[in-house]
Amino acid sequence: MAFATKSLKAQHHQFANPAFQLDVLQQPLHGEPFPLFSERLQQHGLFPLRPVGTTILQVNVGKMCNQTCRHCHVDAGPDRKEIMTRDTLQLCLDVLAQAPQLTTVDITGGAPEMNPDFRWFVEELSKLNRQVIVRCNLTIILANKKYHDLPLFFKENWVQVVSSLPYFQASRTDAQRGEGVFEKSIKALQLLNEVGYGKEGSGLKLDLVYNPSGAFLPASQKSLEAEFKRRLRSGYSIEFNNLFCITNLPVSRYLDYLVESGNYESYMEKLISAFNPAAAANVMCRNTISVGWDGYLYDCDFNQMLELGVEPGAPQHIRDFNLAQLDARNIVLNQHCYGCTAGAGSSCGGETAG
Amino acid sequence: MESTYYNPADLKKFGNITELQPEMGRKFFDYYNEVFKEGALTEREKALIALAVSHAVQCPYCIDAYTSGCLEKGADENQMMEAVHVAAAIKGGAALVHGVQMMNKIKELSM
Ligand code: SF4
Ligand code: SF4
Repeated sequence: MAFATKSLKAQHHQFANPAFQLDVLQQPLHGEPFPLFSERLQQHGLFPLRPVGTTILQVNVGKMCNQTCRHCHVDAGPDRKEIMTRDTLQLCLDVLAQAPQLTTVDITGGAPEMNPDFRWFVEELSKLNRQVIVRCNLTIILANKKYHDLPLFFKENWVQVVSSLPYFQASRTDAQRGEGVFEKSIKALQLLNEVGYGKEGSGLKLDLVYNPSGAFLPASQKSLEAEFKRRLRSGYSIEFNNLFCITNLPVSRYLDYLVESGNYESYMEKLISAFNPAAAANVMCRNTISVGWDGYLYDCDFNQMLELGVEPGAPQHIRDFNLAQLDARNIVLNQHCYGCTAGAGSSCGGETAG
Repeated sequence: MESTYYNPADLKKFGNITELQPEMGRKFFDYYNEVFKEGALTEREKALIALAVSHAVQCPYCIDAYTSGCLEKGADENQMMEAVHVAAAIKGGAALVHGVQMMNKIKELSM
């Protein structure tokens, strides 16, 4: 199939509509009712699902991206114009200054580096002395001259770099992320290594994210990490710290892929039968608040893309942020949540159980 | 009887074999799960062996299960196809090596 370079939104595709996606997620599977995720949690004494104390502020600084990956739950791409303004970024900084409990700031997108205020934001954050994670798609470093010095910029600000590399070979990487992405990602990883990222003793953390290129679940993090390390070291002299294995959630472009390829029902059945209560107890929404490009608050980045805001009654916007009130909320759940609880679990930091 | 011998949906029902003989069925699955755990061989290596054997025994259920299994465990397409060639080589070789038996018999029966 030809690789789409436009977002679903720009194609006026029905899967660009969160209400349509949620509707699909309620349909029976192979004629059987799709068991409710909330009921599953109830069976394990986890419903209503509550935060355990929020320590991570995940900020989605915009949907613009230089790539249009096939599995992207953000439906990001070059045609997306939604970008967080400096005013909203400032509101995030104000919240962080008031809430030392928020020890980690996880910056995501799109390609977060394409936000014109990205560097300013990171510099301000480093003054606040928090752990700063940037979800860097690697190819952005090579996309334009103005981004070539990103490895140095990250280093100067002690940023932890987390980057997607779905496979240690071109075929599967390019099938998911676009033609030529593997080669550019390898080059970018080498540039990050050059300034010390991923090197033992440097203190500069470079973590990779693996997510399956297709309708299957990830294997155990430990065994895949060993294989990735071996292959990337021997093939390209690349070093990195940890591999996070992430399950693809049936949201946006990945949901579209599942339906279009005829894999939707069997994939959902796989997720359901791999439900793991230990993973459910550790889902990332229990310690994370996600901020959308326009400042609205969500339980996670997936809920953000499905436009499922934090429950009514809790502060809805970063300008009304109140940690105690947010920590007392019930988390908004839906059928896509099965993706976080399958097998060893899945979060932005990889496996959650075990 | 169904109109085809194989139905993909039956793979998911594999566990139901315990209904008619619970004890042996359970013992089989315990053993099966133990075999596929990481040991002296990694889970990926075991999945590749299973994929090769699936082709040798020509079991469509196993081919379905271990193609997914190999992808999940991070095996690549080249490794998977090489595993199938290993199965083919052994099956082909096993047929051909019996050619020696045939030759022996020819000798025995010929003047
Ligand atoms: S997955 Fe990441 S790199 Fe790919 S299109 Fe989405 S935001 Fe961009
Ligand atoms: S999808 Fe979001 S809300 Fe649902 S379990 Fe995962 S992190 Fe929590």
